[in-house]
Amino acid sequence: MIGGLFIYNHKGEVLISRVYRDDIGRNAVDAFRVNVIHARQQVRSPVTNIARTSFFHVKRSNIWLAAVTKQNVNAAMVFEFLYKMCDVMTAYFGKISEENIKNNFVLIYELLDEILDFGYPQNSETGALKTFITQQGIKGQSQTKEEQSQITSQVTGQIGWRREGIKYRRNELFLDVLESVNLLMSPQGQVLSAHVSGRVVMKSYLSGMPECKFGMNDKIVIDKQGKGGTTEDTGKSDLGGGSSGKQSIAIDDCTFHQCVRLSKFDSERSISFIPPDGEYELMRYRTTKDIILPFRVIPLVREVGRTKLEVKVVIKSNFKPSLLAQKIEVRIPTPLNTSGVQVICMKGKAKYKASENAIVWKIKRMAGMKESQISAEIELLPTNDKKKWARPPISMNFEVPFAPSGLKVRYLKVFESKLNYSDHDVIKWVRYIGRSGIYETRC
Amino acid sequence: MPAVSKGDGMRGLAVFISDIRNCKSKEAEIKRINKELANIRSKFKGDKALDGYSKKKYVCKLLFIFLLGHDIDFGHMEAVNLLSSNKYTEKQIGYLFISVLVNSNSELIRLINNAIKNDLSSRNPTFMCLALHCIANVGSREMAEAFASEIPRILVAGDTMDSVKQSAALCLLRLYKTSPDLVLMGEWTSRVVHLLNDQHMGVVTAAISLITCLSQKNPDEFKTCVSLAVSRLSRIVSSASTDLQDYTYYFVPAPWLSCKLLRLLQCYPPPEDGAVKGRLVECLETILNKAQEPPKSKKVQHSNAKNAILFEAISLIIHYDSEPNLLVRACNQLGQFLQHRETNLRYLALESMCTLASSEFSHEAVKTHIETVINALKTERDVSVRQRAADLLYAMCDRSNAKQIVAEMLSYLETADYSIREEMVLKVAILAEKYAVDYSWYVDTILNLIRIAGDYVSEEVWYRVIQIVINRDDVQGYAAKTVFEALQAPACHENMVKVGGYILGEFGNLIAGDPRSSPLVQFNLLHSKFHLCSVPTRALLLSAYIKFINLFPETKATIQEVLRCDSQIRNSDVELQQRAVEYLKLSSIASTDVLATVLEEMPPFPERESSILAKLKKKKGPGTVSVTDLEDSKREGGELNGGGERGPDTAAMAASNASTPSPSADLLGIRSAAPVGAAPASAGSLLVDVFSEAGPAAPSAAVNDDGFLRDLEQPTETCDSLLVEGSGDSDSAPPSEDPAPPLPEADELLNKFVCKNNGVLFENQLLQIGIKSEYRQNLGRMYLFYGNKTSVQFASFTTTVSYPGELQSHILFVQSCSCMFRNQYTSENWDTACYSTSPIFAH
Repeated sequence: MIGGLFIYNHKGEVLISRVYRDDIGRNAVDAFRVNVIHARQQVRSPVTNIARTSFFHVKRSNIWLAAVTKQNVNAAMVFEFLYKMCDVMTAYFGKISEENIKNNFVLIYELLDEILDFGYPQNSETGALKTFITQQGIKGQSQTKEEQSQITSQVTGQIGWRREGIKYRRNELFLDVLESVNLLMSPQGQVLSAHVSGRVVMKSYLSGMPECKFGMNDKIVIDKQGKGGTTEDTGKSDLGGGSSGKQSIAIDDCTFHQCVRLSKFDSERSISFIPPDGEYELMRYRTTKDIILPFRVIPLVREVGRTKLEVKVVIKSNFKPSLLAQKIEVRIPTPLNTSGVQVICMKGKAKYKASENAIVWKIKRMAGMKESQISAEIELLPTNDKKKWARPPISMNFEVPFAPSGLKVRYLKVFESKLNYSDHDVIKWVRYIGRSGIYETRC
Repeated sequence: MPAVSKGDGMRGLAVFISDIRNCKSKEAEIKRINKELANIRSKFKGDKALDGYSKKKYVCKLLFIFLLGHDIDFGHMEAVNLLSSNKYTEKQIGYLFISVLVNSNSELIRLINNAIKNDLSSRNPTFMCLALHCIANVGSREMAEAFASEIPRILVAGDTMDSVKQSAALCLLRLYKTSPDLVLMGEWTSRVVHLLNDQHMGVVTAAISLITCLSQKNPDEFKTCVSLAVSRLSRIVSSASTDLQDYTYYFVPAPWLSCKLLRLLQCYPPPEDGAVKGRLVECLETILNKAQEPPKSKKVQHSNAKNAILFEAISLIIHYDSEPNLLVRACNQLGQFLQHRETNLRYLALESMCTLASSEFSHEAVKTHIETVINALKTERDVSVRQRAADLLYAMCDRSNAKQIVAEMLSYLETADYSIREEMVLKVAILAEKYAVDYSWYVDTILNLIRIAGDYVSEEVWYRVIQIVINRDDVQGYAAKTVFEALQAPACHENMVKVGGYILGEFGNLIAGDPRSSPLVQFNLLHSKFHLCSVPTRALLLSAYIKFINLFPETKATIQEVLRCDSQIRNSDVELQQRAVEYLKLSSIASTDVLATVLEEMPPFPERESSILAKLKKKKGPGTVSVTDLEDSKREGGELNGGGERGPDTAAMAASNASTPSPSADLLGIRSAAPVGAAPASAGSLLVDVFSEAGPAAPSAAVNDDGFLRDLEQPTETCDSLLVEGSGDSDSAPPSEDPAPPLPEADELLNKFVCKNNGVLFENQLLQIGIKSEYRQNLGRMYLFYGNKTSVQFASFTTTVSYPGELQSHILFVQSCSCMFRNQYTSENWDTACYSTSPIFAH
């Protein structure tokens, strides 16, 4: 289990240090600093072994979070915990920065006491934590004994993520389908690898203890229904604006929030749950088949002699013309001996960024089924280095208002038998956002 | 050097460096560097020419980026341009860039060399120095090729400035070290030597480094430097501390120069010229006298400088090793240092004394410090000093103080640092053997050694003790008794069990008379250790048991019981299992006579150089031992291995091998060297006894190694006890020449005939004997080939074949003689005469 947890700033100074087990000494803090943060060569591996001690680290902007253990722990569990820890901290005080951590160190120690006990992860549900770890200072008087005991029974009870007696005047829920699409394409336009990793994030403001049921166009469910012959139309399908008309998608793998009843998913493949209050991530999934690639990049690189390089890049948008892609950014790498760059582009703004050795082309908005072009002339300085330029791939960033995997929310039903509101009274919002992950085209 | 004026401070560079230092992360730093590189590239690419200042600034930035660990692949041209500038700072930066970043790019090298040449021929001393420093810093072969002829000229030219001369001497030294074949002094030799007379002390100091290096390679050419060095030294030594002004360091005149002079003199034997020698001795005496004087300053630098000269002088005295007076004085001086409170001084004193101890003149003087050294061994805090003390004790040991020193070392061993234990053990073992007057003392010492530091006692040490015990009749009884007593300790080291098993197996009978060490008690004692030991030791113990059966028939039942139990006879280790099975059979089948013959007492080992000594040499590192020594020790170890460990069971194993050609055939231990020579002899006769019902055994005296081998070749033939003798080396070698010792491979050569009919039977530096044999039913044909490996002819070469009487009529000799010439074109005369003798026999 986790023996200790340290938080460092970019210089390797310790901001937070919490040791849970005796086998982790003070020198472990220094070992990580010396061997990872200040290592001569940048350490890429998230797990480092130093003197039979394992260090698992994640980095958020300039902050290092490191979990330390001497035992053979489940690395995936440790990382899951570290990410959860980041989420909890973000939920409490916003962005994780040195300043914020220094200002909230008491709170962080309090949180660490609660979410990690003798190195074993405990309840790390933000909603539940917020009921008893508050930021409003001492409220000893306002909380009665009963309330406190209620917290205990709730946190240790069967449904630890939701407390009873929540009431809203307006029952409302928001559903976000967030996807990031990853691509590696050959210069000729052949897809070398592509996958979409997506998340369904839900924000719920519902009274009582509602039972929810979530349905999407999962291939297995659709096929089963097709066979059964009972085409149940829920009326909630096609809320999104995906361009393809395909009915179902094949999900490679998925994980759920702890509130989802896994036994029910395994037997019926239906996703039913009692949602936590507030924002949480309902599920995560990954697909690799039939991905809609929102953009196509066509590169043309021509070397003119030893001192000149001509680059032409065309991007084509590949979705419904009614939709608008946003925050488009194309990054064209330049050789290391670039001495000057001239860029011409029809749309957006392009600039040579010497510090990143790349031409960055930014377009604010672009509708579907359009194309745009940039051409650049790169002057090179002759070097005595015989190494040839490796031609790194052209990468791209964007945001589109549909799910590139083709996922659609078919329904989300809410049942609350005790209070008198029905599924129809709940106001539901669904939004699809597709972002680029590592979206690269070789040139 | 001219200081960088304020106007030359490069603001852009300073800003860049501070930007980099302020970067919060590695990524930010890389971004900043990329930006700067792009900026520099665009500046260098730009059409308008850059002025010297900005060129210098950008080259500086590139250099800084390079030193941060990034690759720089441009800017070389600009740096070369800077070389031709007239401003010192610009030239300096140019040279700096070149010395750090030069790679053997052909066109650039040409340009650089051109610029350097220009600077060397300029009259400006600072420019000349810069160029020389650049050559020395790069020091590549190309540089040496271009300038090796130029620099000596600058070095000896009359009008060269002193500072340039210094640089030139050191630059030449560097070139000589990297490519000695290109630096040819030739005509310059005498003028370089005369630099020792230069007015400027700096030039002399620089020149002497060069001369020392050169004279190590070709001492004869620089012989004249000895007298010059001596006179220079005497001038420095006799000068007052104020005479040399700049070169006086904390009241010591020119300490570095003095040390270098003394070191130079160590390259040569003592000067033959009486006057020079007298002067030198005077100098050395003065240095020794000065050491006695009260220090002029309390500063540590003063005493350091003084002692540096003193130690260098002492090593010169040791190097000459011809002035008893000086040697003794040096020894006394070192003796004072032994109790100095500076640890470094004590270390140096011990180290120097080690070399002093080997000189015949000062050996006695060194010995007077024995108490101090022993004290140092016990009380020093620093392990390296203790190590030196142990070395010195080893070096000063002789017959008179051996007992004391060995006792001290033994007692120290109990607390010694782990890193030096093994070496200490070897030293104790060697000293004990070398100076043993009384062998019971020797046995005591070694057994003590094993008891105290068993883990660090290497195989060689206990092999050696067994060799000695076996070779000396007088200590055998005592050894058996001591070992028996030592084994009674509840926990004893495995090495002790090995020694105990071996010695009791051989000489247990000598103490069997005493009821306290009756045979059964001995056996039980040994067997109580059996289960705690590793496989090789268990194997040795099994051999000891079978010997017990031979020595004490009354233990037979007990031992057979032990051998028969499942843990032995079904042991998972093949070696142990085989031994158990064979010994059990041997003890139950063979008669007592046979047993007695098979398990005869081991014959004495031949005297040879102690293998422990070789091991110690090896441990001390290749610096002190030549390669041949190492090889010797390896071979020695190998032979000893067979002789010591496998010796005891040779005879018994031989018996089994004849019937079952087992993979452990090398256990036979058949060697042409004497150590186990007698064992196979007895085995030979044993063979006849055990495996042939027909009685007539060959007289065992007549059976030598080869005879035995023939038996083994063809077991079916052995019943006829046909023995062909005559390939013995003493017969075939010309009487005038001593037969050279057989090559080490000879042993293996013999062994392979166990399952082969043809091959090389015997080989040494003179002679090669090959054998080829065929057998068909009752017929056998055997060819013997004699090859002369020398360049001279063998005279009166005879071979004798001995055979039992009744076979005489059946043997038919066919002698042929052929000459063969091999490798005529090699320089060695390899013409080999091959004679073949082929007896054909039938019955």
